[in-house]
Amino acid sequence: MEAIDEIVAEFLVESYENLDQLDRDLLELEQHPGSRDLLASVFRTIHTIKGTSGFLAFHRLEKITHIGENLLSRLRDGHIALTEERASALLKMVDTVRDVLTGIERTGAEVEGDDSALLSLLSSLREDSQAAEKPAEGAAEAAPAAEPGNSGEAAPAETAEDGAAAGATGDSGADGTSEDAGAEDGSAAGNDPAAGDAAGNPAGDAGDAGNPAGEPAAPTPQLGQVLVDSGATTPDAVEIARMEQGLGDKRPIGNILVEHGSTTPAAVESALESQGSARSVVDSSVRVDVELLDSLMRLVGELVLARNQLVSRLDEEQDSSKDSSLARSAQRLSLVTSELQEQVMKTRMQPVDAVWSKMPRVVRDLAHQCGRQVRLEMEGRETELDRSVLEAIKDPLTHLIRNAVDHGIEEPEARTAAGKPAEGVLRLRAYHEAGQVHLEIIDDGAGINPEAIAAKAVERGLVTEGQLASMSAREVINLIFLPGFSLAAKVTNVSGRGVGMDVVKTRIEGIGGSVDVTSKLGIGSTFRLTIPLTLAIIPALTIGCAGRRYAVPQVSVLELVRLSGEHARGGIELISGAPVYRLRDMLLPLIRLDEQLGLVPADADIMSDLPGPAGPSGAADPSGAADPSGAGTSPEPGAPTGSGASTGERGGFIVVLHAEQQRFGLVVDDVLDTQEIVVKPLGRHLKGIPVYAGATILGDGTVVLILDAATLARRSNVLANTSAVTTENDADAVELLDPVLVVEVTGDRRAAIPLEMVTRLEEIQVSAIEHVGGREVVQYRGHIMPLVRLATLLGAYTEPATEGALQLVVYTQGERSVGFVVDRILDIATERADTRSDIDDHALIGSVVVGDKVTELLDVQSAVLSADPHFYSQSATSDTAFAPLSQETYA
Amino acid sequence: MSQLSTFHVGKYLFGVDVALVQEIVRLQQITPVPLAATEIAGLINLRGEVLTAIDLRARLGLPQSESTREQVNVVIRVDDEPVSLLVDEIGGVLEVSQVPFEQTPSTVDEKVRDLLLGAYTLPDRLLLSLNAHRVLHEVAA
Repeated sequence: MEAIDEIVAEFLVESYENLDQLDRDLLELEQHPGSRDLLASVFRTIHTIKGTSGFLAFHRLEKITHIGENLLSRLRDGHIALTEERASALLKMVDTVRDVLTGIERTGAEVEGDDSALLSLLSSLREDSQAAEKPAEGAAEAAPAAEPGNSGEAAPAETAEDGAAAGATGDSGADGTSEDAGAEDGSAAGNDPAAGDAAGNPAGDAGDAGNPAGEPAAPTPQLGQVLVDSGATTPDAVEIARMEQGLGDKRPIGNILVEHGSTTPAAVESALESQGSARSVVDSSVRVDVELLDSLMRLVGELVLARNQLVSRLDEEQDSSKDSSLARSAQRLSLVTSELQEQVMKTRMQPVDAVWSKMPRVVRDLAHQCGRQVRLEMEGRETELDRSVLEAIKDPLTHLIRNAVDHGIEEPEARTAAGKPAEGVLRLRAYHEAGQVHLEIIDDGAGINPEAIAAKAVERGLVTEGQLASMSAREVINLIFLPGFSLAAKVTNVSGRGVGMDVVKTRIEGIGGSVDVTSKLGIGSTFRLTIPLTLAIIPALTIGCAGRRYAVPQVSVLELVRLSGEHARGGIELISGAPVYRLRDMLLPLIRLDEQLGLVPADADIMSDLPGPAGPSGAADPSGAADPSGAGTSPEPGAPTGSGASTGERGGFIVVLHAEQQRFGLVVDDVLDTQEIVVKPLGRHLKGIPVYAGATILGDGTVVLILDAATLARRSNVLANTSAVTTENDADAVELLDPVLVVEVTGDRRAAIPLEMVTRLEEIQVSAIEHVGGREVVQYRGHIMPLVRLATLLGAYTEPATEGALQLVVYTQGERSVGFVVDRILDIATERADTRSDIDDHALIGSVVVGDKVTELLDVQSAVLSADPHFYSQSATSDTAFAPLSQETYA
Repeated sequence: MSQLSTFHVGKYLFGVDVALVQEIVRLQQITPVPLAATEIAGLINLRGEVLTAIDLRARLGLPQSESTREQVNVVIRVDDEPVSLLVDEIGGVLEVSQVPFEQTPSTVDEKVRDLLLGAYTLPDRLLLSLNAHRVLHEVAA
């Protein structure tokens, strides 16, 4: 019983694969209707399924495939041509077969079903030409003459290759043409009497029908045929050679042909090779249970850890131990382990084509359904991903592709009207870059209209007008990933149901990837998925903080900045609530890891810790990590050496991280090294702490927590949407608002500028100022930048300096910039004790109390417009096609 | 449940069903987890597996140990997730099917009492039977 189940299971797996192949072949066939190779491949696939189902007594399946096969054989013989109608009918047949197979998988037996419509459709399509079959056309033209119900002919298919070969030896009188592979190379199959019987009899039956049995069951083309196809000999010569074989010549046909001078030994050689390669694919691969692979992967993970431990222990004892042979063995072990890890990872890698190969069918059906003309192009099919990742992206990818066909690509008429070709192009691209896989879904359709998105988002209450105002067009388009967002302008049964874009995003982010969309109205949209190669082992940066080590996934790390001496003092702007580092003239918000982890009071002043002279620099030495002096007890071995004296002077590092489209700096004590870590999930009790993405075990056996960059960013109020979040420690009455840059305008008059409106801080020489039509301008980054003296704007009178340096706050949108001239840059603040009170003044929104001083809140828009009345409108045309949105919302 | 694996925490002798105990290990380093509940002692590396270690003293509301002795990890497996309980000292495995079983006496601290199934009265002392599920489940994250 079990044996039968196993056979059925095998049959199912094989058939599913065959059906997928069939889908692909049929679609390709539509493009190249004349291709005999494709037709032959399709025919063989169907024939195999038919044969096996006959053998396993799945009669419904057998009947369907039989009728399909009849149609196919006529196509193959060129009696009829492949029309779209026929292609659809055949695809329908494939679907029905798939359904029946699913039924068998579920219940173990065929489910009943009415196939008469399909069958008569298939039969009727066979009838556009009544030309008689010509079974004797040649060996390769093996015939469609198998009678319905004559399962004898089908039976040998189960032993496909061998059966045919055996047929040749066991029954060569009736079958003068079967000089195929088996007979050719020593008839291995012929030695198997069972196969000989099984194939021999039905071959005889079929032979009675005037129908050489071998060919349809044998996927390997016959040598004679290969030679003829390659032009190395003539059909007549092959015919003669076959006759000689029939008369008892036991030599392989290649030898006979060479002897006759009909071909050359070299040609036979290469023909044999091409025959062989068709089989070697089968011979050289083995099916392996995925669970086995997974457990293999787990074991290798453990091995890697054990290796790391051994190596670090050896390093540690290097001085005392003189046992160099042990060291050599360890090194060898280390190498082998690395290689093993790589190879096992490879076994889990599958080309993205495993998912993509289903897409042509999806696109075709969808295009028909929606009345679109779509050409699907795929680039980088061979790009490999871990199978777990592949599994995870399958649904999101399908969803995006469906969306692209349904919503992206327009109807042919609309396209023609817009001056585009009627046929839309949907491109799938996959490539590796920087240790990640990038998948792109590119359509040349209508594109996404940001104004429609914006309107919808506001209507649904997902964002406010105010939030929209500060968003770039790209950010607006990315609103489609918000939960609850649906452009239900047109709900079809294709998209707009089931998974939404937010699910796509959640799924992709769930595996550590990201998704992003760009779009140009009227030109098309591009969805870009960035996905890690594998989930199990990731490169990570080890850092030290407050005597402990932590790991940060390398993908989030942009760069490392050492804080020491002058650098630190010059780089960090003085701050009370929101420290900022000036990194190459960009403002980088800072958070401290020890503070985030609750290891120090939250209000510790970042400046007070910063050096003086650099802290002990040995801490940065990667060997610090591999040197677990005093293993066994806490404090942790290899702990950052500088942190012992953390109350005093110390150096530190800024790890510049990128998360959720934001850059921020994480201040840590030490940066140790980079290594591959095996991610281990945290137990139930710790799952609720979002700051940790998991844990890992380092080479010395220490458990180290893996930090989640996105959560850190959110926790630290860096990200835009966090104004509502208060830090745990001071839930006082202090209102946390968006950070502002505090500047001194003149004397002790202060102004605050929303930090998000600050692109750069610059210092220019007064002598660099030029005048254009009464306005002050400077040349800045290849453009002319108008200047606004805030003092003048705010109505204070000052005598402009004639020499020296001026402090500028630069605001840039697109290619246009405006510089605000201020006396001094003072501070960045998020805390404002008092709410703003209205001041009826030009260019001011109101005033607030920052620290203990009243500070005026600058109305950046009107300030910008006072310098450049066309700032927003012109940037709209020069910037992107979507900028009108911002103009509208600013207005 | 007739066999209990026993251990000492503070002045008490506790026992858990021996079937729940995966192993006893004297370890080693514990990696503390900032921001976690105080009952969570940290993470330990048990042959390549990362386990959460729960400080049973803290869980029972007992004061921190004055002793410098290393604590012992009692690794128990509940809901298919191994978790380590940090105890002061390990006892032996006791056959308790013949020992009288009672309600927990009211002399036991209230917080401790909440986590017990009951008490066995051994000839010389009381063996408190720990409710492992409750010990593990109600630790706040």
